Amino acid sequence: MTVLYFAWVKEKVGMSTETLTPPTDVTTVGALMDWLTVRGPGHAAAFADRSLIKAAVDQVHVPHTAPLAGAKEVAFFPPVTGG
Amino acid sequence: MTSQTAVRVQREAFDPGMEVGDFCRHNAMSGGVATFVGQMRDFRGDTRESGDTITAMTLEHYPGMAERQLEGLITEAKSRWPLDDVRVIHRFGTLQPGEPIVLVAVAAAHRSEAFEACAFLMDWLKTEAPFWKKESTAAGGAWVDARAADEDKAERWRR
Repeated sequence: MTVLYFAWVKEKVGMSTETLTPPTDVTTVGALMDWLTVRGPGHAAAFADRSLIKAAVDQVHVPHTAPLAGAKEVAFFPPVTGG
Repeated sequence: MTSQTAVRVQREAFDPGMEVGDFCRHNAMSGGVATFVGQMRDFRGDTRESGDTITAMTLEHYPGMAERQLEGLITEAKSRWPLDDVRVIHRFGTLQPGEPIVLVAVAAAHRSEAFEACAFLMDWLKTEAPFWKKESTAAGGAWVDARAADEDKAERWRR
């Protein structure tokens, strides 16, 4: 799957996108964050406070409990501030 | 009805007067057109006197999802009110103080649905559309925090 990061999540992770194949027991957005967190200090810093992180699966807003089944694109970002 | 694209997410500046004029011409038979133009402030905080001066702003967006969310919001608005037409323009990239950031224009037979749908679109856009503002001040750049008040404004439209 493609994982995208935006705004300060992107800055903390240190990249805007990566292509990953999580293990099969990573079945939810929250579990993906757990798995990403241990990939490095940047990821750990970005995901330190989960209450600040919003997620989208295939460009649709989802809660952290959402399943990943079949997801091609998962994005993590802070609460939006446009308009 | 119009053949114009309803949603435009663009780096280029736009002229609100030209856009609203064009929208009105395309919807000349609509009794009411309500518009909102969001412009870049030159200060951070509640008032210009108490806040820091902002020299520039960078708007980041999620290409693809931004357009899709805005189109979804328009579909939702049209399901709630009898609207003739909607146009939404949102900038990304670097902006200077005073520049227009966002335009929402709504055409309907009568004013109340145009006003309400315009407010609805702005309130939901603020909490749903994937854009993020980074403000530059003399102290450096800082991401803008989401405001609880914006969440409350969006919440009043939930049903």
